[in-house]
Amino acid sequence: MPAGCAALPERRARGPPHAEAREIVFDFLQGYDLLGAFWVTVQLTLLSAAGSLVWGTVLAAMRVGPVPLMRGFANAYVNIVRNIPLTVVILFTSLGLFQTLSINLGGQRFETINFRLAVLGLVAYTAAFVCEAIRSGINTVPVGQAEAARALGLNFTQALTLVVLPQAFRSVVGPLTNVLIALTKNTTVAAAIGVAEAALLMKEMIENEAQLLLISAIFAFGFVCLTLPTGLILGWVGKKAAVKR
Amino acid sequence: MSSVLYDAQGPRAKRRNVLYTVVFLLAVVAIGWWMFRTLSDKGQLDWEKWKPFFSGSEAWTTYILPGLWNTLIAAVLSVVIALPLGAVFGIARLSDHAWIRVPAGVIVEFFRAIPVLILMIFGVALFSQYTSVNSDDRPLYAVVTGLVLYNASVLAEIVRAGILALPKGQAEAAQAIGLRKTQTMTSILLPQAVTAMLPAIVSQLVVIVKDTALGGALLTFPDLLAAVGPMSSYYGANTIASFTIVALIFVLLNFALTSFASWLERRLRRSKRSTGAVLAAEDEEINPAAVGGGFGSGASA
Repeated sequence: MPAGCAALPERRARGPPHAEAREIVFDFLQGYDLLGAFWVTVQLTLLSAAGSLVWGTVLAAMRVGPVPLMRGFANAYVNIVRNIPLTVVILFTSLGLFQTLSINLGGQRFETINFRLAVLGLVAYTAAFVCEAIRSGINTVPVGQAEAARALGLNFTQALTLVVLPQAFRSVVGPLTNVLIALTKNTTVAAAIGVAEAALLMKEMIENEAQLLLISAIFAFGFVCLTLPTGLILGWVGKKAAVKR
Repeated sequence: MSSVLYDAQGPRAKRRNVLYTVVFLLAVVAIGWWMFRTLSDKGQLDWEKWKPFFSGSEAWTTYILPGLWNTLIAAVLSVVIALPLGAVFGIARLSDHAWIRVPAGVIVEFFRAIPVLILMIFGVALFSQYTSVNSDDRPLYAVVTGLVLYNASVLAEIVRAGILALPKGQAEAAQAIGLRKTQTMTSILLPQAVTAMLPAIVSQLVVIVKDTALGGALLTFPDLLAAVGPMSSYYGANTIASFTIVALIFVLLNFALTSFASWLERRLRRSKRSTGAVLAAEDEEINPAAVGGGFGSGASA
């Protein structure tokens, strides 16, 4: 119980309702590390986004490539991973990888280890969706484009870099935005292995304070602030970038 | 084999592919060998740890099947409650009246922007503080509440996209023969839209089934995932084996649902009687255009 909240009943007695609500919010900000929790959420999101973009692109390259074995591997990976709940993946990184197999990803303290494990789980899971988004982007490029490029005498590399990929990248922005927003929301699952992000703090605060609606509103607002601008800005970019067909 | 990226391969490309295959195979074998060593060093591959699942039914009847049953109950309850709610909000978003359209839009976009887990945590506290729901039932109520709030808003978008996907001529023809707006919606648009969005709804079921696991991990809901803990401690720390079996069940269940959805989609696309408007099974997860809304998606946990 943080010190700032002990004085709450006396303060609540005076002042109009909105001032009272403001004081409670103020106490929360002092007693609990709200911004810190959301900062962890943002860190989880950004690190996992970077990791899953890399791994997802590699998977997508394998999945659309000409080597049957790689295609089969990427296909199997995507179909298996996206059918497993993220909660199972994240919990497995902690109970399975760390506690059973002693894989600690170079971390010494529990907080560091759990954070890294959560990022690992999020990357493994989100990469499957990134792969699908990129593949669907490549599939929007009509075969006629590549055929025309070959007819002009461009070789494989030229056709890929000058004709196919520029069009594919533009169609990928929209789907990737949705994956990023889903990832932002999915970072809450890291609470399952005790990473001190927003959902875990919300659980703790609701157990300690009798302000259910206010606390929920604060956290809902926090997530709306994270996802709404991303969706609006990148959604607009995606619409601008997409090739009209 | 030809695609947009590469042409049919000649002898040189074929030789190169063989090389890539060999290198990739070696990498996979190396990683596989490392995994095998790590697992067997910790004794996780001992037959003792896997035996409960393959000989005798005790592990299944005591832990797995009751858990799976709870997972399915939560998923089915959520979809059954969320569907009508979603339909109402989806239609409300298409209303001609701004005072219906705008609030419905705000509510739908709001709940799509919030993680399901936040809604579930809210649900637990809500039921324990303001209702007299038995504490054994509370986790189920909370899981279903969270899933309904989130998925109703996703389904609302699916319903809206389903109605918008119909050819414009349908509504115009209805108007021309003198049907009122309500009649157009209930007897012309909705029946066709329901078929068009069936694949998308079945795919959403996969998301719902996956999200029930949140309740097992964080809200003491006795679902399939929650069975892992007691199971692995009872059978001598067979954590890897328990996780493998549970993940396998999830994969099989969801793979069946996904396959059913894409089968439905193909069937509907082929059928001559429909207008040809079909929402693709996977659209909701990654394709923002398909659901019309600017942000949010169902690719969540």
